[in-house]
Amino acid sequence: MNSKLLISPAPHIHHNNSTQKIMLDVVIALIPTILVSILFYGPSTLLIIAIAAVSALAFEWFIQKYVARTKVQIGDLSALVTGLLLALNLPPSSPWWLVLIGSFVAIAIAKLSFGGVGQNLFNPALVGRVFLLISFPVLMTDWSIPTSWFGGADLSSGATILSIVKEGVKEGVAVDQILSQHNFTFQELFFLRVGGSVGELSSLAILIGFIYLLIRKVIKPHITLSILGTVILLSALFWWIEPALYPHPLFVVFTGGIMLGSVFMATDYVTSPMGKGGMVLFGIGIGVITVLIRNFGVYPEGVSFAILIMNATVPLINKYVKPKKFGRR
Amino acid sequence: MKTFSIGGIHPNDNKLAANSPIEQFPLGESVSISLSQHLGAPAEPIVSKGERVKCGQLIAKASGFISANIHSSVSGVVKSIAPHPDIIGNMVPHITIDVDSRQEWIDGVIESNEILREIHLNPKEIIERIAEMGIVGLGGASFPTHIKLSPPPGKKAHFLIINGAECEPYITSDYRIMVEHPEEILIGAKIMMRALGVPKCIIGIEGNKRPAIEAIDGIASLKYPQIKVVPLKTRYPQGGEKQLIEALLGREVPSMALPIDVGVVVQNVATALSVYEAVQKNRPLIENFITVTGTSHSIQKNLKVRVGTKIDSIIEKLELPQEPLMKVISGGPMMGKAISRLEATTLKSTSALLFLTAKESKRGEESNCIRCSKCVEACPMGLEPYLLNKLARANRDEDLEENMVQDCIECGSCSYVCPANIPLLDTIRLSKSKILKLLRSRPKK
Amino acid sequence: MSSTIFITVAALTILGFVLALILYLVAQRFYVKEDPRIDIVESILPGANCGGCGYAGCRAFAEACVKEEDLSSLFCPVGGNEVMAKVADSLGRAVVEKKAQVAVVRCSGSCENRAKTNHYDGYTSCAVMASLYSGDTGCSWGCLGHGDCVAVCEFDAIAMDPTTNLPVVDQDNCTACGACVKACPKEIIELRNKGPKNRRIFVSCVNREKGGVAKRSCAVACIGCYKCQQACPFDAITIENNLAYIDYNKCKLCRKCVPVCPTNAILEINFPPKKPVEEKRVETL
Repeated sequence: MNSKLLISPAPHIHHNNSTQKIMLDVVIALIPTILVSILFYGPSTLLIIAIAAVSALAFEWFIQKYVARTKVQIGDLSALVTGLLLALNLPPSSPWWLVLIGSFVAIAIAKLSFGGVGQNLFNPALVGRVFLLISFPVLMTDWSIPTSWFGGADLSSGATILSIVKEGVKEGVAVDQILSQHNFTFQELFFLRVGGSVGELSSLAILIGFIYLLIRKVIKPHITLSILGTVILLSALFWWIEPALYPHPLFVVFTGGIMLGSVFMATDYVTSPMGKGGMVLFGIGIGVITVLIRNFGVYPEGVSFAILIMNATVPLINKYVKPKKFGRR
Repeated sequence: MKTFSIGGIHPNDNKLAANSPIEQFPLGESVSISLSQHLGAPAEPIVSKGERVKCGQLIAKASGFISANIHSSVSGVVKSIAPHPDIIGNMVPHITIDVDSRQEWIDGVIESNEILREIHLNPKEIIERIAEMGIVGLGGASFPTHIKLSPPPGKKAHFLIINGAECEPYITSDYRIMVEHPEEILIGAKIMMRALGVPKCIIGIEGNKRPAIEAIDGIASLKYPQIKVVPLKTRYPQGGEKQLIEALLGREVPSMALPIDVGVVVQNVATALSVYEAVQKNRPLIENFITVTGTSHSIQKNLKVRVGTKIDSIIEKLELPQEPLMKVISGGPMMGKAISRLEATTLKSTSALLFLTAKESKRGEESNCIRCSKCVEACPMGLEPYLLNKLARANRDEDLEENMVQDCIECGSCSYVCPANIPLLDTIRLSKSKILKLLRSRPKK
Repeated sequence: MSSTIFITVAALTILGFVLALILYLVAQRFYVKEDPRIDIVESILPGANCGGCGYAGCRAFAEACVKEEDLSSLFCPVGGNEVMAKVADSLGRAVVEKKAQVAVVRCSGSCENRAKTNHYDGYTSCAVMASLYSGDTGCSWGCLGHGDCVAVCEFDAIAMDPTTNLPVVDQDNCTACGACVKACPKEIIELRNKGPKNRRIFVSCVNREKGGVAKRSCAVACIGCYKCQQACPFDAITIENNLAYIDYNKCKLCRKCVPVCPTNAILEINFPPKKPVEEKRVETL
């Protein structure tokens, strides 16, 4: 036989998936959310998303090629996903330089300085967002809807309903009174409510993305469902005890970044646990911390912090909550 | 349908040769029979150069406790007893016999194809006959069958399981013998049940082999009520011993233990067929069923090949197309061995010759682990391959033992699913053998 | 205002003193008495913690030196004779002199000399390849070229040469710690005497096949022809299993074996090139 033979250890076939394909699936799952935000917040959100995505890839390429001098791996599209998720966490009137700073922190500091893809401890997009939140609190809580491509405030206020409720409760007004004052409806919240960060608009769009990710077997439902379940149960408990102070659980679940966080941010492979039991524990932790921050903390919304805090516990969870081994019954 | 509970993957079946009936592969000019065809010590030759041997004649005796007899697969003259490369290039002693035109069998062999149903031997005689006829496990491990059918004192078998899963993609030899010789397999199972003294037997067959399930169940439900046919969900590695036992009986074989420790003995369908031939027809194991397949060519065959046939002669006779760079695998694509020497010969345990193009089999470039946990989901033993690989590359022996690397069944599911193309099993396999050596050398408490 | 400052300073100062006192008392109470000579010996040692001495780090080696009466079985390959002399001196014991050694790669089967017969596509590790099959060339004994030896070297003393696909030892950096020797699954690397003026002669082959088979796979294989053994005036060469081996303690570096080898399997390192033999002018009348 005149062929040259290929030799390697078994197995000799491979599934046709790849890191790139998985990341592409995440990008596709984000499309409904992105489309909705561009439609309702205007073309400047497209700019924010584009700047975030392109700069994330550019920073990663530059640092890998010239600073770290390792192989350039932007082809695996993980930086693209980070950029998009960061953009979805920002207010719609964010200036371009804010996006750039956030992207730099997310890629260079939260991801590459830890060793690149697979090595970071904290979710890069959330680190970027929280960094911006703490460094530029005014800009990051300016929910006004831009009128032109390059931001600029306008008359119609897009303040988040969450911050309105928080302020109102502080002033001693009961929650349901605040809500009726603002003509609030639950349907609005689920399908589309203008007001909040770029990704907070429509829980429906996020859910479509969630179902796509489940069908494509990119994520398992454990983390998302345990976060949502915990948030609903715990906030229901608070609401049942004191409905004047604490809002209805459905309100809690569909406001703020909980939908976006539980579907796209907490399920990030690198920063979440490896086993199903660990994932549920992780989700419960995030849910508890979120509700506590929401109800007792200074910030009106706490998913980002909750996820970052639980990210820090993931190595511990991985060490002690192991998957079920064969032969252990 | 029943299945195992932890892990598993579902690669493409690719049972391209499923509808090719078994053909006898013609004899060549000579055969070279390896003396290391089984687990344990190689057999010792009892013939010498120039001696005339008949088909089925004993040419090498089992040496040591774990060993098996080897018989001539042709009649002819012994040309040499010398080292010859095996499929991975190791020089192993082989007995080469030049084929003559007479093709006589030794006395006592019943050559007709009539199905003989009455079993005349008692358990002890059955085991002796199986040992005499050189029967080894044909599911891949080549463990001498007579030893498996004789549990050590203190251990008793309660169930016999016949493995008809054939979970590896591409291979269809077990499927064809189930379709073409269902009753012989059932009689073989009955013989082994008598040898072990077990009242019940279960044959597990994957759902993608409907005709086989119907063929065997059709006869079993009428004439062999003590043998039950159970269809299994088509998943890999359903045919793994431990997974099969868990799916069929719900019992889990503990770490470092054997199936007999949970009262079960597992045998492959081809082994059952060989046992039938040995006990009812006095035929030693001298030929086996090999699937020749691949997606790049249209030649799909299930062949009956004499032991010791040169692999390149099979390629030549079938006129298989040759690519400039390709992989030829002995066995299935998940656990088979890539052949580096095509002049090597078939063994009793050879189950398939799989031809994969470079495009189908070349590995992708390795990139960073993204901690997606697909390997953890896929591992049928509930291990964490990403962690074991990391520990193996860092030589952390203690941690490897703690994370049970010795439980790995080397099925390859982890390497198969890894989206970053990390060769997980390569390093895990190496440290598994290191840790096993360590564990076995420790004094038992 | 000033009272606040005063109270703060005073409180912190007192706190500092109290904590310092506690630390001192605890240190005294839990003091581990060790032979002070261990510290002295440890400070002499190079501190590489490479394990080349066979002990778990320099401190463990220092403990062993102090404990053993006789230093002849202990040797730090990184520090060499210089460091061992200082150690022996500090402990008031006899000095141990060992010949300097270096790692030697005994294979010349480069891509040029040894043709590839198949293509390996697995994980790039010699250990994995060696456990899988007989290698991607006709010689199943030779170097596999994936650099397991390079990966374990802590002194940057060995690197793969991309043109030949064989490892090359940097004799100045090599400390003869033995890590590469252990890492090579084919046992190709050996620690041999570095030799006077760093000169050494060795058979660069570990193939034990019969001569004809070996030569077919590699142009510079040792074929076990006995010519070198016949040429050696010092009985330094033994032939076993078709392979010649030069005992580095007996070899006197006379170079007689090198030119007689028909396959050029014997290498001489760091020798000046031999002068070409001048042609004798024949005087014609």
